Amino acid sequence: MDNIEEGDYVEVITDKGTFKGVLLPKPKFSKDEIVIIKLENGYNVGLIPKEVRLIKKKDKKIKAEKAVKLEYSPDIPTISIIGTGGTIASYIDYSTGAVHPALTAEDFLFTMPEISDEANIQSEILFNTLSENMKPEMWIKLARAVKKAAEKSDGIVIPHGTDTMSYTASALSFMFEKLSVPVVLVGSQRSSDRPSSDAYINLHSSVRVAKTDIGEVVVVMHAGSSDDKCYIHRGTRVRKMHTSRRDAFHSVNSKPLGEIALDGNIKFFKEYKKTDESTELRDKMDERVALLYYYPGMPIEIFEGVLEKMHGAIIMGTGLGHVSSEFVNSVKGMVKDGKIIGMTSQCIYGSVNMNVYSTGRELKYAGVIELGDMLPEVAYVKLMWLLGNYNFEEAKNMLKKNIRGEMEDRRFLL
Amino acid sequence: MKCGLEIHQQLNTKKLFCNCDSKLSDNVIGEVTRILRPTQSEMGEIDKAALQESIKNRKFKYEITDNSCLVELDEEPPHELNREALEIAIKVALMLNAKIVDEIHIMRKIVIDGSNTSGFQRTALIGVNGYIDTSFGRVNIPTICLEEEAARKIKEDGKLVVYRLDRLGIPLIEISTSPDMKNGDEVKEVAEKIGMILRATKKVRRGAGTIRQDINISTGQGRVEIKGASKLNMIPKWVAEEENRQEMLKNIAEILKRRGAKVEDTIYDLTDVFFNTNSKIIAKEIKRGGRVLGIALRGFNGVLKNKEFRLGKELAGVVKVIGIKGLFHGDELPGYGVSEEEVEKINKILKLENDDSFVIIAAPENKGKTALDIVKERAKISMKGVPGETRAPKDDGTTQYLRPLPGANRMYPETDIPPIRITEEYIEKIRQNLPKMPEERIDDLINMGISKQDAHTIVREGMDDVFEKIVKKYGYPTIVARAITNGCEDIDYELIFKALHEGKFAKEAIDDIVLRACNGENIEKIISGYDTSIDLNEIIEKIVNEKEALIIKRGAAAFKPLMGLVMKELRGKVDGKLVSEKLREKINEKINGNSQS
Ligand SMILES: [Zn+2]
Repeated sequence: MDNIEEGDYVEVITDKGTFKGVLLPKPKFSKDEIVIIKLENGYNVGLIPKEVRLIKKKDKKIKAEKAVKLEYSPDIPTISIIGTGGTIASYIDYSTGAVHPALTAEDFLFTMPEISDEANIQSEILFNTLSENMKPEMWIKLARAVKKAAEKSDGIVIPHGTDTMSYTASALSFMFEKLSVPVVLVGSQRSSDRPSSDAYINLHSSVRVAKTDIGEVVVVMHAGSSDDKCYIHRGTRVRKMHTSRRDAFHSVNSKPLGEIALDGNIKFFKEYKKTDESTELRDKMDERVALLYYYPGMPIEIFEGVLEKMHGAIIMGTGLGHVSSEFVNSVKGMVKDGKIIGMTSQCIYGSVNMNVYSTGRELKYAGVIELGDMLPEVAYVKLMWLLGNYNFEEAKNMLKKNIRGEMEDRRFLL
Repeated sequence: MKCGLEIHQQLNTKKLFCNCDSKLSDNVIGEVTRILRPTQSEMGEIDKAALQESIKNRKFKYEITDNSCLVELDEEPPHELNREALEIAIKVALMLNAKIVDEIHIMRKIVIDGSNTSGFQRTALIGVNGYIDTSFGRVNIPTICLEEEAARKIKEDGKLVVYRLDRLGIPLIEISTSPDMKNGDEVKEVAEKIGMILRATKKVRRGAGTIRQDINISTGQGRVEIKGASKLNMIPKWVAEEENRQEMLKNIAEILKRRGAKVEDTIYDLTDVFFNTNSKIIAKEIKRGGRVLGIALRGFNGVLKNKEFRLGKELAGVVKVIGIKGLFHGDELPGYGVSEEEVEKINKILKLENDDSFVIIAAPENKGKTALDIVKERAKISMKGVPGETRAPKDDGTTQYLRPLPGANRMYPETDIPPIRITEEYIEKIRQNLPKMPEERIDDLINMGISKQDAHTIVREGMDDVFEKIVKKYGYPTIVARAITNGCEDIDYELIFKALHEGKFAKEAIDDIVLRACNGENIEKIISGYDTSIDLNEIIEKIVNEKEALIIKRGAAAFKPLMGLVMKELRGKVDGKLVSEKLREKINEKINGNSQS
């Protein structure tokens, strides 16, 4: 198999006959001696070869000509797309089946040329990462890129992997005290290499939302399973609530800010903050904050061990906001040591209330901060941001106050 | 002529990539609406314009049924390939003498007509290099694939197509032959043989639409696919008609070449010509704002429609699919209400000479232009010969244009499902347990005492195991054979013959019971209607007493009319032999009794 490489047209001689096709890369976890080729009829098959012979070397890569022309038009707004990776920012190479990240504005527009009729698109690729690999330092980098882009565009769209998109949305929400343009995060639950992908409608809608006067960080994703509209979620209220559905993103304990139909028509359900004259960024994050899911039987050493080196922690407690009453003394000690401990609920829906049961009352008395209907992940990001930018007392006070729409007093049945 | 076959057979397992039942369902419990985004160059070249027209802004409504889950809705990744379906596919491949690939890779085949919620059909190549021997010779079977069935189209309404998810995901075996067959009878034989092999697995779905055949026919130029040619007996007719059509197109091409025919680009607006027309179709179209547009076809006179040539029908066919009904051509006009005077005006405007002809279309302006562009393309191809296309079979043996042949399949790997290694041991295990080939089964059945023809029918219908089981338990081979060959496939024959064996009715009643069961009546109820508790002796006694005079008058000769009366009363509920024995006995008693007294 010397000098035969992936992409070459080869002949594979086996016990079952001779097969001709393009040699494909072997998957990472392939165990044995199998070679994979793409036959002329388009099918891939795995074969145990007796011999592989080269028929024709692969053609030198000719880059496919992109049909999209990017021309600047002064009559339409300019939207910046800041790529971070994820399903939405990939496209398929049909000849090999490989999925490539979108690297340029042209890549984004290749399958969705209509968008360029509605906005001048500028783009930069900041990261190309799976969203589970995101971390606070990347949120900061992203925030700085947003600030820069805000100076030269009318709106910002951030394609993002869906797994941790709501964390990033929260982080940006807190970091920007003021925004002069809308910041819209968008993802897709079906990869854009398939005709049924939600990427097109989500991206198209997010560009349209980025042209509004919403001065907040929002997430635009499918509203339902049908391709008829998207919701505009407030960045501090949204959570991924399903592993795979298109409508996985829900505004929890709150209505979405609004919805956008396929024709671009936007209906608002709530008041939103209008864009400011300028953009102000506070971009520090204290990473020594834990998010801790309490479960029955959790050993107290684990609880204490996790919190030991932390400046603060958000607990996802049971029900209205509880952990085992055996933890009360331990909590008291930690608060005394200067840790900020906030309580949210693993129920996700509803507000914590630590007055109803004795354990709640005792925890509260021990110094745990009740965080109302704030989402656990939002509280976690918020505490990191507060500890990064404010002193201890300020952080403690601001944690329990609504500053970016992350908490509300009223919740409704319908 | 070269013919090939492609056979699709649904399997009777759970669905291929989820655990839903493989059945059709009328229990619609919800719906979603989706859009598919075709990527570039997924369409054939010939009438790209038409396709684009029809695809643009199309919406698909999917009806959710009790046998569909998030997988069919494209809201959850596919589960692993159904192993039972895979085993059946391997069985079929081995019975077709194919080699099984060492590792199966599931692919996504792009399909943008909405019939798959994902926009692609998942398919995997299982076996290669198979063959089947026929009385005409060997036919190669290069590929045997396992794939998922598409959603069921319920209706198409302008830009909205409604599909139901019940059928989506049912496992399908796809068997493709090489174009090795030379006539319709051979195609029919191959289709029948492959069908019998499929049914020998006893794991295929039965009933309308569960097996579909596509025939490929080429006479040296374009390849024509007749899609959904499911009636075996019609196959020779469809093939013959298609061969004739292709020969006709070749002859037309020769004529057009000789004449130096030319399709002109200009589209003329001829609406004014028809200001006062008697043609209802044209008048109606003009009234609602449409236009009459026309093109000149230089050198086409006579080939559009005369005794042997029918090119006009081909031109009408390609625009019928985009909803154009008002197409007329020079060879059929004057006619259909179009006057000679109007034709004269057209000739003048288009500057037509002797050999020239024309096509006109009455339609909304844009649609009419698009349609005429398509007609021009088709007319240009007719100067070369037979275009490759997909056609639908009709019951009269002819076919009609459906769409251009799909371009080469655009396939890429299904990354959500890992490849499946097929070991030699696994293949060997399946090989050891292969069902007998249909020919052997036919011999088995003949040896059980039925005719070759019945044995063939029973094996062809896949009812051989049912037959064998009943006959081994209860006997009656010829009666069982007749019941099965006359009856339908989904009734419980065993229950019927068990009851017969237990004497619950006489074998004369079998035909009636099978017929009624096939019409949906409950078998147990039918059987209980044959009440053997009727006292046979009592009925005979009664009739013999009533007809005493007759017996005395005619003696033993009274048997025949009396037998008729008794059987009428019993309505086949009792075995005729038994009745005749008892009746003779009674008559004799009567005769003897009377002579004694
Ligand atoms: Zn399912």
